[in-house]
Amino acid sequence: MIDFKTEQPGAHGAEAHGAAGAPPVTSAGSPSTVEGAPSGGGRLRKWSAASARAVLPPFVVFVIVIGIWLFVTYVVLDAQRRFLLPPPQDVVSVGFFQAANRDEIFSALWSTTRVAIVGLAWAIALGSAFAITMSWGRWVERSLYPWAVVLQTLPLLAIVPVIGFWFQYNFKSRVIVCVLISLFPIITNTLFGLKSVDQAHRDLFKLHKVGPLKRLVKLEIPSALPAIFTGWRISAGLSVIGAIVGDFFFQQGTPGIGRLIQTYTSQLQTDQLFAAVIVCVLLGLATFWSFGFLAWLLVGSWHESGRRKD
Amino acid sequence: MVVGLDELSHAGGGPGPRSGPGPAISFARVTKTFGGGTEAVADATFEVAAGEFVSIVGPSGCGKSTLLRLASGLTEVTSGTVALGEENVGFVFQDATLLPWRTVQRNLELLPELHGVDRAERRQRASAALELMGLTGFEKHRPRQLSGGMRMRVSLARSLTMRPRIFLFDEPFAALDEITRHRLNDELLRIFLAERFAGLFITHSVLEATYLSSRVLVMSARPGRIVADIAVPIGYPRRPEQRFDPALVEVAGEVSARLREVSA
Repeated sequence: MIDFKTEQPGAHGAEAHGAAGAPPVTSAGSPSTVEGAPSGGGRLRKWSAASARAVLPPFVVFVIVIGIWLFVTYVVLDAQRRFLLPPPQDVVSVGFFQAANRDEIFSALWSTTRVAIVGLAWAIALGSAFAITMSWGRWVERSLYPWAVVLQTLPLLAIVPVIGFWFQYNFKSRVIVCVLISLFPIITNTLFGLKSVDQAHRDLFKLHKVGPLKRLVKLEIPSALPAIFTGWRISAGLSVIGAIVGDFFFQQGTPGIGRLIQTYTSQLQTDQLFAAVIVCVLLGLATFWSFGFLAWLLVGSWHESGRRKD
Repeated sequence: MVVGLDELSHAGGGPGPRSGPGPAISFARVTKTFGGGTEAVADATFEVAAGEFVSIVGPSGCGKSTLLRLASGLTEVTSGTVALGEENVGFVFQDATLLPWRTVQRNLELLPELHGVDRAERRQRASAALELMGLTGFEKHRPRQLSGGMRMRVSLARSLTMRPRIFLFDEPFAALDEITRHRLNDELLRIFLAERFAGLFITHSVLEATYLSSRVLVMSARPGRIVADIAVPIGYPRRPEQRFDPALVEVAGEVSARLREVSA
């Protein structure tokens, strides 16, 4: 019954789901094999070879996970309770191959993605400005850093309804939620990068009487790029989560994927529910990987993280 | 190689006056005490004339590097005065301090770039320095693709793009193997003869100091004091085989004897 083609769309989602069982952001800590890609001539070609090596082992895990899934659905659950875990092929066929469901899920996904992207863009702009300001002086850092920590410790679930009261339950409020949740990693990583500039390089710039702005552009930012990208990468995942959390609360405007999940849950439409979850996971993976690729592209040629490990 | 030098001088930035009115570097009763009360340099008085190459040797931790940082202005003196006869000062660090994200070519363009030199001239200066240090063909390499010796060559070339009249060296070859170190000593002498800057060279190798310098200063440890000023009685140019010339070895023996006294 399961033909290979229909199995594909669910593939990565289930694999990440099974492997991590958590939001994509948790994998930020573990270096992906893609980062260990070689540098020098034919980088792109070698990169795809490395990708193939990176994809195969998780694919095996994916097959095992699908096996367990099928086992639970058909062996553990009896027919009346099968709705608790619908078989993967049903998830795919109902969620992705019925035009109405598919359109519903993908338009909701697009709405959520837009919120996440706009939120991330704001978080990057604000967080970088925040971090650069703090890097100017110890007293600035001492006065601002505690507030950055406060931002991180805000109980988001409690704050979200308040944001709704203040800014209405619309696109703007959802973006604010995304910014709040993804700001901190950008601030800390950028600040860490800016502060980790080699002292001898600072001396070199001081000897040549370079002003603070020129030093920022020519020394501090390039030197901080690897750390900056780490922050962006973590925050990209968080921004997706923020957008979904926002969906739960903000019931006005275009429904996002979070609201769709809520609807499916309340109506026990588990096929669509699982399809929506898979799509969420795919979105998180796509953001995580695109930032990893961006980092590899820009700093892989000179930073240690881009060095070939062999 | 001489062609490279000519290009460099045509590249602008001008060699400046060959000798200023006063000494290139002069220290008068310079003392440096750090915040914790550590007296790194005590009562240092010496001069380096224009076109002179002076080395400072001393036991590790004696304040040699502090002395150099005082000369460059990276560290402020506690008392006394440091005066430089020229504004155009080159500083060669212990590490090559190349920017890892820049290629060799772009690293060589860095200093002119920081001083607002236009692109065309920047390129010209970089390629002249590249040729001078025998780095042609490595323009597109990143620092991490180069050996330690090659990186130090790039670092020297980078300083040369500004054609400094005073050159400060902070143990630049300390981390290199002996063969590379000897080769870079000869390269340095070649550049020195062509440019005739005033050089102040920190090292802990006595033989390196005598081979390169016209004078060797010996420093004692804690607090760092200059305890001897020994002239090297051999002129320039110096050839590699002169490294173990009896006259040089004799001076090296004298320097070593003074070092033993102050280290004891």
